[in-house]
Amino acid sequence: MSTSLTAPYTTAFDFERTVGPRIGVFLAGLRERRLLGVRGSRGRVLCPVAEFDPVTAEATGDYVELDPVGTVTAWTWVDPRPADPLDSPFAWALVRIDGADDSFFHRVDTGGDPSLLSSGLRVRVRWAAETVGSIEDIVCFEPVTDDEPSGSAPSGSAP
Amino acid sequence: MREVGVVAFAQSDCLAANRGDDMADILAPVIAEAVASLGIERSDIDFFCSGSHDFHEGRTFAYIESLDSVGAWPPISESHVEMDAAWAVNEAWSWLQLGEGDVALVYGIGRGSLATDPDQVSHTLLDPYYLAPLHPHRHAIAGLQAQALLAAGVTTEAALAQVVARSLAAALGNPHAQRSGSHAVHDLLAQPYVASPLRAHDAAPLGDAAAVLVLAAGDRARELAARAGRRPAWIRAMDHRMATHYPGSRDLTRLETVEVAAQRATRMAGFAPADVDVAELHTEYSHAEPMLVQALGLPVGTTLNPSGGPLAGNPTTATGLIRLGEAADRIADGSARRALAHATSGPALQHNMVSLLEGEE
Repeated sequence: MSTSLTAPYTTAFDFERTVGPRIGVFLAGLRERRLLGVRGSRGRVLCPVAEFDPVTAEATGDYVELDPVGTVTAWTWVDPRPADPLDSPFAWALVRIDGADDSFFHRVDTGGDPSLLSSGLRVRVRWAAETVGSIEDIVCFEPVTDDEPSGSAPSGSAP
Repeated sequence: MREVGVVAFAQSDCLAANRGDDMADILAPVIAEAVASLGIERSDIDFFCSGSHDFHEGRTFAYIESLDSVGAWPPISESHVEMDAAWAVNEAWSWLQLGEGDVALVYGIGRGSLATDPDQVSHTLLDPYYLAPLHPHRHAIAGLQAQALLAAGVTTEAALAQVVARSLAAALGNPHAQRSGSHAVHDLLAQPYVASPLRAHDAAPLGDAAAVLVLAAGDRARELAARAGRRPAWIRAMDHRMATHYPGSRDLTRLETVEVAAQRATRMAGFAPADVDVAELHTEYSHAEPMLVQALGLPVGTTLNPSGGPLAGNPTTATGLIRLGEAADRIADGSARRALAHATSGPALQHNMVSLLEGEE
């Protein structure tokens, strides 16, 4: 059986992308290594910042500065692939940031040990060496060690 | 409402990769089979509607190639959805409800195999600010959802393996299936994780195939079905609802969109999912089955995915359409009086459609 012609291609989005007004503020915050949430409907705090409340579709309101610390609510353990910034196996997880009412989707690095992961694991943000105003300014979350102090920003204060 | 029903359904074999045919070549014999079964010409069809994704083809308007097998001269009335062709059925059904014509042909063509590395394609379908730049593993969001279900006590790893074993055993009777076989649950549980708690067999296999469904209205449907020697499968209701896309913004253990769509469809049809004999569910992952059974309120004893379902064959963007076709075929062959077809789109069952079908009294 003959085979059809094939040619290699690479998928890419090589354009500047315009961000929304609130997502832009959130990403600019990451560039300064600050984690912002936003008030949605009925006072719920959303982190990462959304332009519109996911339940009511109303425009979101004021920003809230949050500690870059939270709790794992769900996870899945995977092997790293060439494009991933981590070399050992890690988790994709939902992390509920302290003071937020929804969850943040990102990586959790436990040094390749899946037994450390559980619902309720306390984690903090690991910032990139160089921040540019992108979700990738957060490399991953990592477990909070017992002897480290909490974050410096008072939860719930205006930025 | 007009009576609108399925009068023909045809599909090609689900192949892991078809490198011998282009899109038009995969589709042409399937369209020919569906149209010939009704004893009509393509010129007798009032409306064509299709569903496909550009992402897997790596180029824009990729589906245009498929119109070569439709025969778009003289000009035809035609439309396309950039998603599973189950939603093309919804568009054609609405079009017929509006009285625009009497016969519509819907096709789905999926070539999920084209990407050398599906991981490089899957994340491009996600939110461009918070998700796509992280290029998550292809099964990451599904893995999270499965783990959350286990933690919530909705299902167990053994129950997921049982879903896979039952589906692949059912697929032994489906000549179009890509995967089938008799598997012991303990052998399945011995396989490694790809994204815990999911193993390779818990994910529907990407592949290449086409499916074609013909809808007709009222007496024209009865006439065409009689020619094809089958009963019309009337679509008594269709409803679809979409949740927010971001996986951290919703309860991943509950399918509220399915609950709402099922309630709306029940009111429209005059019967509920609990009243059907057969349900064809768009389970891209094994863990979707217990979630859907719960959200739809399907009682024990409902026949689930007698075709083997998507875990046995998953031609991207034709998979949901095949659920409608298989459900209609169960009514046509007399094994069901009422059937449900479910289709899904987006990460972690974000967007769901529930269709309720019924045979003649």
